[in-house]
Amino acid sequence: MLSKSQARTFFLGGTILTFVVFLGLSWHSLSQEVPKQTNPEKLTSQVIHGKELWESNNCMGCHSVFGEGAYYAPELTKVVERRGDAYIKAALMSKQSWAPRGRKMVAYGFSEQDANDLLEFFKWVGNVDLNGFPAKPTYQSTINTK
Amino acid sequence: MKYKSQQIAYWFFGLSMLLLTLQIVYGFIMGFAHMGFDTLHEVIPFNTARAVHTNLLVVWLLSGFMGAAYYIIPEEAEYELVNVKLAYIQLISLALVGVVAIIGYHFNYWEGRKFLEIPRPLDWLVVINVLTFLGLILMTLYKGKKRTTTSLVLTMGLVFAALLYLPGMIWFDNQTTDSFFRWWVVHLWVEGVWELIMGGILAYLLIKITGVDREVIEKWLYIIVGLTFISGILGTGHHYYYIGTPRYWLIIGGIFSAMEPLAFLGMALFAIAMYRKGEKKHPNKIALNWTLGTAIVSFVGAGLLGLAHTLPGVNLYTHGTLVTAMHGHLAFWGAYGMIVFAFISYAMPNLTGRKLFDTTNGQFAFWLSNIGMLGMTVAFGVAGVAQVYMERIMGMEFGIVQKEIQVHFFVLVCCATMFATGVILYIYEFIKYGKPNIEALEA
Ligand code: HEM
Ligand code: HEM
Ligand SMILES: [Fe+2]
Repeated sequence: MLSKSQARTFFLGGTILTFVVFLGLSWHSLSQEVPKQTNPEKLTSQVIHGKELWESNNCMGCHSVFGEGAYYAPELTKVVERRGDAYIKAALMSKQSWAPRGRKMVAYGFSEQDANDLLEFFKWVGNVDLNGFPAKPTYQSTINTK
Repeated sequence: MKYKSQQIAYWFFGLSMLLLTLQIVYGFIMGFAHMGFDTLHEVIPFNTARAVHTNLLVVWLLSGFMGAAYYIIPEEAEYELVNVKLAYIQLISLALVGVVAIIGYHFNYWEGRKFLEIPRPLDWLVVINVLTFLGLILMTLYKGKKRTTTSLVLTMGLVFAALLYLPGMIWFDNQTTDSFFRWWVVHLWVEGVWELIMGGILAYLLIKITGVDREVIEKWLYIIVGLTFISGILGTGHHYYYIGTPRYWLIIGGIFSAMEPLAFLGMALFAIAMYRKGEKKHPNKIALNWTLGTAIVSFVGAGLLGLAHTLPGVNLYTHGTLVTAMHGHLAFWGAYGMIVFAFISYAMPNLTGRKLFDTTNGQFAFWLSNIGMLGMTVAFGVAGVAQVYMERIMGMEFGIVQKEIQVHFFVLVCCATMFATGVILYIYEFIKYGKPNIEALEA
């Protein structure tokens, strides 16, 4: 059977090895691939301000983008594609809680400018190459939800 | 208890139980909101409830880990904690930072980054707090007579947890990069360094409760934490499938994260084997229940239910649905909630000199909380799988699907009530023990 010092070598060796590989891959991803997949040149000041608003209001506490966030309100990665600009701005600027299906959103009442910036953020998000997420539903053609 | 300074652990445990109680209250608020009763919306909207719920979870667990470390390190190092006064200051400042953050969440003072909602200015206070804690632990180890494997693994877990908090504090304009580093905190904590903390505490408990030789237990500890890191570090890739990062993570993340359950399986087999090998003479049966319980439930919640959605083909559909919440609950409870409960159950008789173990209340606390949490997991799971089929496969609209699955949240709240009853009984027992007592010092 393994001795205690062999067990320790397994732990230290394995950790260091995988950690070095992880750092290498992370560096490669962030420096080489993420720029290709995320269009960083399109991160305008409007998009960045949109992201600040997204964070400072904790939108992620109900919604998600890239499938990350909460499960109380819709996934928003493709929201622009799904709803279009006008719908989104109406929801963001509404002074009453937006609640199309009864479940209430916080009534933010954003200014037109802030709503536009958030919209720009969603457009940037919607154009990131996510390796196929969100998947196209298999049966959408047979069910009419409109 | 062998050292006077170990008493500080009690206050960390007290804080831990207090915050847990609050966490559960906010859990109910969300459970009702999902059921359609978002009555508190104007005062506590869902995102506030959620940020409070998850952050209190992290803080009560950290407070439990810190208490355990303040108890374990003096005993393992055979040396009094170097500065008890500073430890009390650290306790109070931890409570203060926690409370300020939680109050802030009710007034839109936060950063909406899942699990890392604490605003950056407060982050610095967290850093100072944790540095103080680590300073005390490391100095005690340094001055102490012994440096056991158990204490080193535990300390290593705590030090790395602190280091990994830092990448989460950097601002990035790019949501993908932001997310990339957020996982260095969230994933590398729960599927990396926290497992070291859990392993260290578990090894300590097994040494004390089963009486099996330290050398044997510590050898297995190395193997388990080795498996943890070998699978868990590259396993971070399971969060890099669909966030704008390259495709090779689908393969790397898939393979390595699918091996992560091995560490949890190791922990479960290890605890059971040591129990069977041991003398079974230790009278504290409640602590034994929780110790074996944490090893087994963490394997189910983190290992099996993690495996259930970790392969890229499955995750494409379950990513960011209630399936994730199902796994999140049983994993956090089984691995980290229960190890804190196990440690408190073990430590309280030693701290207070009152031998209240093996009470009916204690047994009920164990079974009610665990069966309740399993029921909650099933409720989340059924809701989650139904959501995946209706929304992601059939293409029905989010809001319509949520209406369809409301009923599962009624079941969730029922099971949560059972869970909460168990926790209340546990806290009742905790309070009955009273404060630590100098007379409990062993010669
Ligand atoms: C004690 C250990 C663990 C805890 C506390 C834990 C907890 C969590 C939590 C809270 C999330 C949600 C994170 C977020 O979306 O921000 C999550 C996600 C995830 N976990 Fe774990 N987990 C553990 C272990 C594991 C293991 C061992 C595996 C794999 C075998 C695993 C697989 C996953 C996957 C694939 C996701 C992503 C779900 C998604 O795409 O939405 N977890 N985990
Ligand atoms: C009365 C008991 C509880 C209830 C009713 C409850 C309910 C909930 C609900 C409804 C959510 C939000 C899901 C969403 O975003 O829509 C949530 C999130 C969460 N809760 Fe609980 N909870 C309870 C106890 C606990 C306990 C004891 C733990 C840990 C040991 C825990 C850990 C979590 C975690 C980690 C998340 C985030 C999950 C994720 O993002 O995937 N909860 N809880
Ligand atoms: Fe993970």
